[in-house]
Amino acid sequence: MSDAGPLSIASLADGFDISRQAISKHLRVISDAGLAKCGRRGRETVWQLEQDGLAEARRYLQTVSKDWDDKLRRLKHFVESDS
Amino acid sequence: MSTAVSDRIEKQVLLRAPLSRVWQALTDSKEFGQWFGVRFDGPFKTGAPISGRIAPTTMDAKVAEMQKPYEGMAFNIMIDRIEPKNLFSFRWHPFAVDPKVDYSDEPTTLVAFSLKEVPEGVLLTVTESGFDKIPLDRRATAFASNEGGWSMQVTLIQKYVEKTA
Repeated sequence: MSDAGPLSIASLADGFDISRQAISKHLRVISDAGLAKCGRRGRETVWQLEQDGLAEARRYLQTVSKDWDDKLRRLKHFVESDS
Repeated sequence: MSTAVSDRIEKQVLLRAPLSRVWQALTDSKEFGQWFGVRFDGPFKTGAPISGRIAPTTMDAKVAEMQKPYEGMAFNIMIDRIEPKNLFSFRWHPFAVDPKVDYSDEPTTLVAFSLKEVPEGVLLTVTESGFDKIPLDRRATAFASNEGGWSMQVTLIQKYVEKTA
């Protein structure tokens, strides 16, 4: 989905041994997570990733990175204090 | 300082403390729990799972307030390697904070602490890897639980450390 731009469910299903209902279900999960959106192209419903896969992976890692910064500050304070 | 590619995170920090002090803070489950923010049920053992509960920090009332929503949540890790005083690693489910979800079948990331003695103390390198296996919707949860939560802590902890240094 990320390379080809907006795709209909039919074209997403094409080449996969999986039903359109199953694909719709997966798309709803991804869409609920804010990572995909649907729109219309003529009479078709098409889907697109909300973000480029790599940008999304980077954003997630930034979240984890900040979390580690916080934890390591606490470790630093913990080992460097006198007690 | 950190470098990030899509699958891993690496952090380095210089700790001005003796090697044995740092090693203990990492591998003694009570001490680890104190700075990490978890109360563990027992000691860390190579290759063994260990359970615990999230326990907000006693280091700052404001930060503790923000951690409140997660207090008491189950926190389970699988200890990987304990190689004194050199390497400590474990596996966990990052941001496993939805009480309705059973994370036990989901992929884990590997967290590895490696210690290097230097003139000023200990250079600690933390590497977390395996993120490519984490499903997309789990990553979105991480953003949501991070908003106004952990990132605020960083600022407050920094202020706290500077004040008490």
